[in-house]
Amino acid sequence: MIPFDYRRPGNPAEAVATVIDHEGAAFLGGGTNLVDHMKLGITEPRMLVDVSRLPLDRVTETAGGGLRIGATVRNSDLAAHPWVRRNCPVLSRALLAGASPQLRNTATVGGNLLQRTRCPYFQDLTTACNKREPGSGCAAIGGYNRDHAVLGASEHCIATHPSDMAVAMLVLDAAVVTLGPGGERTLPLAGFHRLPGDAPHRDTVLEHGELITAVELPQLPFARRSAYRKVRDRASYAFALVSVAAALELEGGTVREIRLAFGGLAHKPWRARLAEEALRGAPATEESFRHAADVELAAARPRDGNAFKVPMARNTLVSVLRGLVNGAERVRTDRTEEDR
Amino acid sequence: MDARITLHVDGDERPLTLDTRVTLLDALRDRLSVTAPKKGCDHGQCGACTVLLDGRRTLSCLTFAVAQDGAEVVTAAGLASYDGEPHPVQRAFLENDALQCGYCTPGQICSAIGMLAEAASGHPSHATPELADAGGRDGPGGGPGAPGGPDGARRTTAPVVLDDAEIRERMSGNLCRCGAYVNILAALRDHGATGVTA
Repeated sequence: MIPFDYRRPGNPAEAVATVIDHEGAAFLGGGTNLVDHMKLGITEPRMLVDVSRLPLDRVTETAGGGLRIGATVRNSDLAAHPWVRRNCPVLSRALLAGASPQLRNTATVGGNLLQRTRCPYFQDLTTACNKREPGSGCAAIGGYNRDHAVLGASEHCIATHPSDMAVAMLVLDAAVVTLGPGGERTLPLAGFHRLPGDAPHRDTVLEHGELITAVELPQLPFARRSAYRKVRDRASYAFALVSVAAALELEGGTVREIRLAFGGLAHKPWRARLAEEALRGAPATEESFRHAADVELAAARPRDGNAFKVPMARNTLVSVLRGLVNGAERVRTDRTEEDR
Repeated sequence: MDARITLHVDGDERPLTLDTRVTLLDALRDRLSVTAPKKGCDHGQCGACTVLLDGRRTLSCLTFAVAQDGAEVVTAAGLASYDGEPHPVQRAFLENDALQCGYCTPGQICSAIGMLAEAASGHPSHATPELADAGGRDGPGGGPGAPGGPDGARRTTAPVVLDDAEIRERMSGNLCRCGAYVNILAALRDHGATGVTA
């Protein structure tokens, strides 16, 4: 690890100015990913600008009935937040499916969005990786690619994005608030992470010195009926092979509104808009769910090691939606009994 | 580049000057000779380096010491009472033979104490039912700014009762290569079921 200078600015504007003024400077949040990458030599910042103690640790309800989550809120605190558990269980469940309790106590919301791929070649300096070293090639193509992308990949990179939290936030129509050289801006989360294309070294659309200050969730009443399912190699403390986030609103036996996203399938959390479109107004049946999944996954281009992900994604999606429908039926039955 | 910081370790104020590259784990072990936290993987995958940092269980290998200037650090070596009586969780590990080689044990014990505080504060885990399904689990007094729970875990909802599934899930960040999991579970089962936190 190369020597680095350490700064702890007093406010977000000072943090941004410090990073902009120093080439090779990086923001430090909880550090659970960055510190490891510095040990491995994947990244070599010459200055760390510690933003973990900035006053960005509040969770507040917005005037519009949504939620504003400060960027330095710890993953564990967000998962435990009563508003989140009540109004969008998908987010609490996704957070709790990620990492370990120790890591969730340290990791921040902003840092979670910026964590980098767990592709083994990205972490191994002796191999080719366009994300780590642009132009060096991709060892995963033709190599070990069981964990890799089946949607939206390019000939330059087939890495996946590892976040669970971001997949849930995607179905909640979240927006990312940043402070940068050009002032404050708000970006839809759906446009925050990039597909690899020919520049896989860029995970997001953030500019150098641009700091995430908050994530905003709009009011989405039907997200009370939402779920997150993570399929992984062991029951806890493992990254997703496939994950599904879903929120569902039914009207009788018909899908009135729906939000769907996949994790583990692409270079970014994958909003399944084609499947959503196929389901809006359709009967809430297993047949429709399977059809919608097939529509979304028609574009899948699996590699040697990860063809299993396509049926796994389809079956997980169907299973999650079936669970949400059954939950809805249970709620309706309960209410009827109460009415009597 | 050197930095001058102060850590409060197991009740003692420990000023020190160190390179910014030194992790909290290395500062404790190599600079302050506090060797209870262990270096297993050094990459945040095994939990052997777990300490209580400002009351919350944390991996000391994944944070730079310089970023923890002024912090309160409790390691497994700082848990015994003033007259040397082991902490109840340490006692439970001894009574249940919850270790073989013992290398992961200081991390397991700090993690378990953190877990008990989190459960008492109503923090859910992946094994906890959702509020809507739980029927009345949602206790009064929750919400942002609600009073802090024990050991810094923020009180949000009613305490969670720790059954076997909860303990397994909540302790999954601590690996034991001897495979003493069965007795670790036994050691923590009594504490979880009765809600004892200290």
